[in-house]
Amino acid sequence: MAPLPYRVTETQEEAPGVVTISISPLGTAIPAHRHGQFNMLTAFGLGESAISLSGSGPEGKLVHTVRDVGPVTSALCGARPGDVVGVRGPFGTGWGVEDGSFLEEGDVVVVAGGIGLAPLRGAISALVARRSAALEARTRSGNVCLVIGAREPQQLIFGDDLARWAAGGARVTVTVDIPDARWRGGVGLVTSHLGAAGFEVEGATALICGPEIMMRFTARGLVDAGVAPERIRVALERNMQCGLAWCGHCQLGPLLVCRDGPVVPYTDVVADLLVQRER
Amino acid sequence: MHREEVVEGSPGGGARFAPGDAALVAPEGLDEMLAALARLGYETSGPTVRGGAVVPGPVASIEDLPAGWHDEQSPGRYRLEHGEDGSLFSWAVGPGSFKPELFPPVHELWQARRDGEGRVEFVAGRGSSRSKKRAFFGARPCELAALSVLDRVLVDCATPDPFYEGVRRGAVLVVAECGAPASTCFCTSMGGGPEAVAGFDLALTELTDGDHRFLVRVGSALGAEVLTLVTTRPVTAADVAAREAVTERARSAMDGRFDAAGLAELLAGNIEHPRWQEVSERCLACGNCTLVCPTCFCSDVRDTTDLSGTVHRTRSWASCFDRDHSYLHGGPVRVSVASRYRQWLTHKLSSWWDQFGTSGCVGCGRCITWCPVGIDMRAEAAAVCSPASPARHDRLAQPEPRRPTGADVPAGAEEKEALP
Ligand SMILES: Cc1cc2nc3c(=O)[nH]c(=O)nc-3n(C[C@H](O)[C@H](O)[C@H](O)COP(=O)(O)OP(=O)(O)OC[C@H]3O[C@@H](n4cnc5c(N)ncnc54)[C@H](O)[C@@H]3O)c2cc1C
Ligand code: SF4
Ligand code: SF4
Ligand code: FES
Repeated sequence: MAPLPYRVTETQEEAPGVVTISISPLGTAIPAHRHGQFNMLTAFGLGESAISLSGSGPEGKLVHTVRDVGPVTSALCGARPGDVVGVRGPFGTGWGVEDGSFLEEGDVVVVAGGIGLAPLRGAISALVARRSAALEARTRSGNVCLVIGAREPQQLIFGDDLARWAAGGARVTVTVDIPDARWRGGVGLVTSHLGAAGFEVEGATALICGPEIMMRFTARGLVDAGVAPERIRVALERNMQCGLAWCGHCQLGPLLVCRDGPVVPYTDVVADLLVQRER
Repeated sequence: MHREEVVEGSPGGGARFAPGDAALVAPEGLDEMLAALARLGYETSGPTVRGGAVVPGPVASIEDLPAGWHDEQSPGRYRLEHGEDGSLFSWAVGPGSFKPELFPPVHELWQARRDGEGRVEFVAGRGSSRSKKRAFFGARPCELAALSVLDRVLVDCATPDPFYEGVRRGAVLVVAECGAPASTCFCTSMGGGPEAVAGFDLALTELTDGDHRFLVRVGSALGAEVLTLVTTRPVTAADVAAREAVTERARSAMDGRFDAAGLAELLAGNIEHPRWQEVSERCLACGNCTLVCPTCFCSDVRDTTDLSGTVHRTRSWASCFDRDHSYLHGGPVRVSVASRYRQWLTHKLSSWWDQFGTSGCVGCGRCITWCPVGIDMRAEAAAVCSPASPARHDRLAQPEPRRPTGADVPAGAEEKEALP
């Protein structure tokens, strides 16, 4: 139950109020994670928040990308190299890209909105690397097609990664709701760019992360386009206070999101949960 | 000493016992039982009368037990009356359960001290020091059922709760079977009682026909060890019949009170029923029902810093009736009382099955008795599962406005219902 102490080694501002922090274990490290899993990060004295892993590195290095929305996330975003944070995890389900034969069976379309790109970052890098390797080895591989949305150009995160993924062969579509004078990318919601994402519906797998309403429309749009619902995965978010399936806060109908999610296949049950208003 | 009608597996005084055996014990024998538990190092809690209700408290002798007390319970009402009969277990469960012993209402998980270098030293929380050798004496069968529900949640998971598991593994359970259920009890519908079937160390049935005595059944080796330290008599066929009469009386009193068949599916299929709105107009969202429920397990986890700079992480009971229970930055997911009542009832009777493979309700009736406005969840569940008049349907479909939750809801996304 006690978190493991980690030291902040590097911080990088991604967008106003969004910071990527790299941390390394001071002693014992948490077990290896799968892409899409999350940790409970403690800002000592303030509390603990669920934060997805957005990357990792050698010697137990973990990377998280945090949006400042309250006391804990504000402290994490304001952390300086040398500061100590607490880590428990990894928790929950992942995107499945480690064991998935996604690319062998067809294209993978990844749709992310805002900070929703953070939990997908590791998965996308892995998919792009696998596709590059397949191309080199001249084996069959589907395309990696990304549709990334943000409210405004300055809120786009991971600009360097987007360039790297594009260079690695991914088809990258970037769209904003409110363009500025210099914006050259797409305009409008991610859902209006699904058609232009350049993926073959047959055998496609979709990974979606963003606000619930965006996931709902995106998943529905993909199903309407012919993507099999069981090949669509969405990441759910609920209040989380333990990550251990003890506290009950993350309930969503039949699910305990920290245990059965956050990544779940877009089954009928999940489709209903996303449509039903809980309020 | 052996007489004709003595039943098998019922050794006489000074005998050794094995699981499955039974014996008769006089009321004074319960004193020996409590003394034996103390001698074996157990801290014993059992039924006591406090604040006008039967609640678990420390018991050392039968003097501490609720002799002659009888309860009267109905939705929103609880009364204790004293009679002259001297029976010890002629009451149904009161507001307190044994849950707090294993899952304390407030529990400090750890403390952390930081030095100037930023190093962190963790110390076990104050909550962890209490003895883990506890005896739960006179626990009702529904209490036993509630513990096995909690086991599924807090032990049969990837990371068992060490405090709960520690107390649970070390606990002795002396169950008192039910002969006097309240009007609010419906354990027969939920599989909780009135008999104790498994999972106990000793099970007592109070027999008041003829001389006051207890039929004691042995459920475990530990129970056998305890009973060996107690003066016993062999059980006769008449005693066995007397026990059956007691539990049969309880069973028939509860029969037909609540039809739980198919309820999980029916509730899950009636998420938009107008009854949710209707009950929410009576419900105060006070959370009493979740506080008294022996299976409710929700908790809040909070960090605080004291003046010395030490950080304390504390876990405390939470209620799904609390507005902030479903808080996401921006606001709670379940804003209306209707959605919170629905969360509670559907969790108890329906989604608990999905999450933990069991019902979340054992039919103890506490939430009915202790609801200040007398809401009877049995009636609510039945109403939700019956056809509704469509006229009132829209009321839940048009809930109060809600602040956006989740990150970056695209501006105007709500209006763009149809995909482009
Ligand atoms: C699986 C998962 C993955 C996530 N991944 C990321 C990620 O990668 N990056 C990211 O930025 N965010 C992520 N989030 C969201 C993140 O967890 C929240 O933004 C964060 O918890 C906000 O905490 P806060 O203290 O900063 O602010 P707030 O949520 O605004 O909290 C404000 C205050 O309210 C308190 N509070 C919270 N809940 C309650 C309650 N129920 N009752 C009473 N008080 C309460 C808090 O303790 C805090 O003091 C993820 C969430 C989930 C579930
Ligand atoms: S829901 Fe009510 S009747 Fe069922 S176990 Fe909880 S308190 Fe008892
Ligand atoms: S059902 Fe009754 S006890 Fe439960 S929150 Fe509503 S008013 Fe309180
Ligand atoms: S976060 Fe506590 S039960 Fe899921």
